[in-house]
Amino acid sequence: MEALAISLVNAVPLLAGVPLWTVTLLLMVAVAAVILVFALTFEGVGSLVLRKVAGDIQARIGPNRVGPNGMLQFLADGVKLVLKEDIIPANADRLLFKLAPYFVFVGSFAAFVVVPFGVGLIAADLNIGIYYVMAVTSLVVIGVLLAGWASNNKWALLGGMRAAAQIVSYEIPVGMALIPAVLIAGSLSLQDIVRSQGGLLGIFGWNLFHNPFTFFSFFLYFTAAQAETNQTPFDLPEAESELVSGYNVEYSGIRFGLFFLAEFGDMFIVAALATACFLGGWNVPFFHVGTLPWIWGNLLSLGVFLTKAFAMVLIMMWVRWTLPRLRVDQLMRMSWKYLVPLTFVNLLGVSLWLLVFRGKGIPGMIASLFG
Amino acid sequence: MSGPADFIFYAAAAMTVGAAILVAILPNILYAAVALLFSFAGVAGLYVLLSADFLAATQILVYVGGILVLLLFAVFLSNRISDGKTTNPTHFRLPAAAICLVLFGVLSYAAVSTPYAVKKGVYLPTTADIGELLMTRYLLPFEVASVLLLAALIGAALLSRPDRAASVKGEMEEGKR
Repeated sequence: MEALAISLVNAVPLLAGVPLWTVTLLLMVAVAAVILVFALTFEGVGSLVLRKVAGDIQARIGPNRVGPNGMLQFLADGVKLVLKEDIIPANADRLLFKLAPYFVFVGSFAAFVVVPFGVGLIAADLNIGIYYVMAVTSLVVIGVLLAGWASNNKWALLGGMRAAAQIVSYEIPVGMALIPAVLIAGSLSLQDIVRSQGGLLGIFGWNLFHNPFTFFSFFLYFTAAQAETNQTPFDLPEAESELVSGYNVEYSGIRFGLFFLAEFGDMFIVAALATACFLGGWNVPFFHVGTLPWIWGNLLSLGVFLTKAFAMVLIMMWVRWTLPRLRVDQLMRMSWKYLVPLTFVNLLGVSLWLLVFRGKGIPGMIASLFG
Repeated sequence: MSGPADFIFYAAAAMTVGAAILVAILPNILYAAVALLFSFAGVAGLYVLLSADFLAATQILVYVGGILVLLLFAVFLSNRISDGKTTNPTHFRLPAAAICLVLFGVLSYAAVSTPYAVKKGVYLPTTADIGELLMTRYLLPFEVASVLLLAALIGAALLSRPDRAASVKGEMEEGKR
């Protein structure tokens, strides 16, 4: 960000008198605004797509009143959420009730900072990229717990406790399933991980095809992440038929909207991490994006990244409307008895593979056979 | 290092200390927990200022994502929460004050008199060095800590396991009915 600020100061003579840190700060705010607009747009359109997909899968039409074919439904929903009365239950803990949605939203939105949208499009290429995502999303747990507690409602409390237990349990397999990508790239930075999957192998340079363990690891990650974001079949915290709506049952208006946005934001983060860590990120097959002029390279890589990420989101929605919900004990058993041991074995497998074959994957070895 | 860096340092330090004071004096234990969250966040900010990015993320992950959640769970699951008396108890004020003063003296003496190795310079990825040191020089403390945590885990699992003899008996009684 500071390098960009320096180049900007050099390019625009008007900025010469302004201190560098001011320019940097303004740039940061601008970048944050751009990402926020992207996130909100994704979350709005995502909600519409989710309902359309649900309609298709359940053989009904879905929203079709606002705009052509219901395409403007998300705008109507957004206006409704903003304008609705903000009700705080009489016996609720007012301060915590107001505070909780912000924790959830901040925890979800902060993860967008390190999403590698393109070859040069990343808000901050932190050295600890993946680890940072794991860390900031833990704020969501606190928000959900506090929301459930502050509502002073049995369903909300049960939903909040379930959600927290679920997120804490599934954080471990999610992190463990992502480590193979870190091992192969030798870096926690998401840009380095994406770059390590480029090169001449095309889609076989992806970590997904690196070796059998990474292939398996992708599916472990996807399952665990689906659970960590509280999606059906793991949506026990919201389970409409048991808990009405879970931790957000007492919320209305824009406070409910924040939970809602955070949910879709989490969906995108999961899809983006899967894309960056296993599906080659913004790499264009058989082609080095960095050789293009800056703007075209970035646009192309952005398009590739978003296509992959949106495809992952669609798959998540597909799973969401296809499978029935698990029971709470089955959910915990799945995490602790199956996913956690499997991810550990998998991690061991990947490490051994990298040690034995000196970091080479199967496609790389086949390619070296043919010179 | 002037201007914004100084400002960020003082903001983070004020947040850490202010929130910590709130933790100590707030009567409502849940509010204290939330104040603790801000204190942890302030410490993480200080780590970031020291270029210890890995440590900062660990601070958030372990303390906010782990310890604080555990704390909240403990508060929620305790059955005394509804009578409004789950506060920070205020017994033994004088001895506590004496201990705190002594501790404060020792800590501030240590903080002032330690010759810190000030290293000005470049911002490097710290993760590789931390990993290497954990696997070589500090392997024994690392392993001892993990064995301790494993023991705690096994203990917790053992304690929370339903009493097998009692549940078998219960099933038999149900069968009789």
